[in-house]
Amino acid sequence: MPPTVPLLVMRDIDKRFQGVRALSAASLDVNPGEIMALVGQNGAGKSTLIKVLTGAYSRDGGAITFGGEPVDFGSPQEAQRCGISTIYQEINLVPFRSVAENICLGRERRRHGFLDWKAMNAEATELLRRFDVEIDVRRPLIEFSTAIQQMVAIARAVSFKARLVIMDEPTSSLDEREVAVLFDVMRQLRAEGVAVIFISHRLDELYQVCDRVTVMRDGRTVMASRLAEVDKLHLISAMLGRDLETVRSHTTGFSAATAKAGAEVLSAEGLQIGRRVRDARVEVKSGQIVGLAGLLGSGRTETARAIFGADPPDAGTIRLLGNEVQLREPSAAIALGVGYCSEDRKAEGIVPDMSVRENITLAILPRLVRMGVVDEARQRAAVDKFMKRLAIKASSVEQKVRELSGGNQQKVLLARWLCTDPKLLILDEPTRGIDVGAKAEIQSLIRELADQGLGVLMISSELEEIVEGADRVFVLSDGRTVADLPHAHANAAAIMTAMAHEDPGATGEPAGG
Amino acid sequence: MADAPTFVQKSASLDVLAFLRRYAALTSLLVLLAFNFAVTPHFASWQTLNVNLTQVATIVIVSVGMTLVIATAGIDLSVGSLMAIAGALAPLIFLSPFGVAHPMLGNVLAFIASVAAAGLLGAFNGWFITRFQVQPIVGTLVMFIAGRGIGQVLTNGNLQVFHNPTFQFIGLGRILGVPVQVIVMLIVVALAAWALRRTLFGRQILSVGGNERAARLSGVPVNRVKRWVYTISGLLAGVAGLIVISINSSSDANQVGLGMELDAIAAVAVGGTPFTGGQASVVGSLIGALLIQLLRYTLLANGVPDAAALVVKGAIIAGAVWSQNRGKRA
Repeated sequence: MPPTVPLLVMRDIDKRFQGVRALSAASLDVNPGEIMALVGQNGAGKSTLIKVLTGAYSRDGGAITFGGEPVDFGSPQEAQRCGISTIYQEINLVPFRSVAENICLGRERRRHGFLDWKAMNAEATELLRRFDVEIDVRRPLIEFSTAIQQMVAIARAVSFKARLVIMDEPTSSLDEREVAVLFDVMRQLRAEGVAVIFISHRLDELYQVCDRVTVMRDGRTVMASRLAEVDKLHLISAMLGRDLETVRSHTTGFSAATAKAGAEVLSAEGLQIGRRVRDARVEVKSGQIVGLAGLLGSGRTETARAIFGADPPDAGTIRLLGNEVQLREPSAAIALGVGYCSEDRKAEGIVPDMSVRENITLAILPRLVRMGVVDEARQRAAVDKFMKRLAIKASSVEQKVRELSGGNQQKVLLARWLCTDPKLLILDEPTRGIDVGAKAEIQSLIRELADQGLGVLMISSELEEIVEGADRVFVLSDGRTVADLPHAHANAAAIMTAMAHEDPGATGEPAGG
Repeated sequence: MADAPTFVQKSASLDVLAFLRRYAALTSLLVLLAFNFAVTPHFASWQTLNVNLTQVATIVIVSVGMTLVIATAGIDLSVGSLMAIAGALAPLIFLSPFGVAHPMLGNVLAFIASVAAAGLLGAFNGWFITRFQVQPIVGTLVMFIAGRGIGQVLTNGNLQVFHNPTFQFIGLGRILGVPVQVIVMLIVVALAAWALRRTLFGRQILSVGGNERAARLSGVPVNRVKRWVYTISGLLAGVAGLIVISINSSSDANQVGLGMELDAIAAVAVGGTPFTGGQASVVGSLIGALLIQLLRYTLLANGVPDAAALVVKGAIIAGAVWSQNRGKRA
């Protein structure tokens, strides 16, 4: 054991919410210049522990020492002044202000009483260059991609001379190149003696960059170890608290297809949408799960939205159930038997203040109406059926959907589409940000639905999900479909190769041809 | 397995607090009523009730439309101006040679045409906001400014004085001793409260306000729903405008509905409908309007000047918003 003094020691942390135990004797130790992975299912207490640390919540018991001193921060701002910076999942910066302003917010440079823009712009540019980001820092933040915004958030944290940087799922909106850049940044922070707490649902990422791992379950710390000494399977079993035997068989909840693919439900060809999608092709047959793979920004979501009529394509043909269609609104696609679960559950999926019942029946409601009045008996029947079938956990159907866990919210959204009895279901990142247990449940459900004849188009950034789940895989790169792989050939290597290299046909064409 | 903990259990004392917070406006109204019964002379009379209800009826009718608009996360600043237009149009019709020659037809036409005109201008608000993706506060500001101008142009800026008992029945008439506008108010409130809860349109209003993008992706015709709520708000403003001119026996496009948009918004705010959309209480807006009205009456009846009453009105709105925020955080 090296003779270093731990930077952060959290011991016996207790936290209750209205009598319900959220943390129970939880602990966390972080050494200087160390990248600590913090993992656990949704509701395991990771976020609560972090919020107790940064003073967003007060603790009911336990002690925290930071840099050898006992601390008790009253607010995240106070924690930040003392050297703990947090980067949240949802980027909380000021969208319409410039990148430089966002980085310097709260400690603006002044000269003769005026803001010294030149110095701030130079500082921001310099900070971002360290992370290989070369942008015009005078432009408003909102003009840049989520990935860039994330880098800005990190640059801001670093600029506060942080000794500990907490990253809450920073990679969920980044593509692989950007993740690689982020990891370089983390390693650089480590080299400078800054400690990092890294929260992520993607276990593979942890092994690439983290030194140690702390596993939480049900509000307790159940494991803290050097990451090199635990394999992925042990990690999962520690998170789930299940026997190794039950998780060993496969890493996702997908099983092989039992039914044969049927008639074509979707065929889209030559899709062009703005500059993001140039020549996309995808086909789905009934009873089939078709994976749509590609890096972030490859045009997967745009393609899906075009098929659903949310953003009509500029060119190309879309055939649904054998008929060529030109959809201008999602309602038209829904009428034809198409459903679409957006990747952004909060912004485009749930209606947070509505009940579980209303969220489930949002899409089918026009069909549950007699003379404009909702037939509540039929509504309840539909809701009850899918609450049971999907095992949605809620205190009642009248509970507001925002109070549910991410996994249950996702099930509610699936139920919303399933009760419309769709022929084609487009799922954009169906298991993003969901704990491992619910994830496996949702994956096995998707397979079950396909076996009953549903055509599924599944976008996923997780290779395991595509490799194990999809019967056929289309790979998009830079807005073009560059590969069409049957299940047997759709291994991780083939998909990554396709993502990395454009297919010869596309590269041979002259630009604009 | 280990899902996020759901907080179902609450102690009884918390429930009482939560109840008071949720029904802060209603509780305040009851307290104020009790106060008046004890202190204000001649409060417990049929006349007091009628005076208060008559005065509040137009505010309630307009605030019902406002509640629907606010439920979609919008706002309608044009209601006062639309009242003025409807109020200017109706006398023009029933005082015209045609209206004088055919009084019955003239009155019916005056009523329908002026309310429809206000509805059409409301529909224009909705079209403008959805077509050009303008923020509602800006979109309806256009009609707020232009509308009163239209009203004055229609009447050349003249005060129209009239005596037309048939038409004025809506503002002066009584059915079984109850003023007609109070009956209209109650019907509008009941209908809107029912529609918001039970009809497809009502649920679509709330889903648009609750999460517009999600609503669109679930097939809700977002723009159509918005156009309709502004149309309804315009129609109700038209009805309110006719009630006001009937009470006054005159129509002054400069005065009718002046400041009504703010009174209606205040009633909605006090009634507990959040301005972020997605949740709405029509009955809450009724209670909010009653509370503001009764407070003003109480102060006046006990010798406090009207100017001071305005300050108190501001204070209740602040209090209502404060209690809403407390309720949310709990």
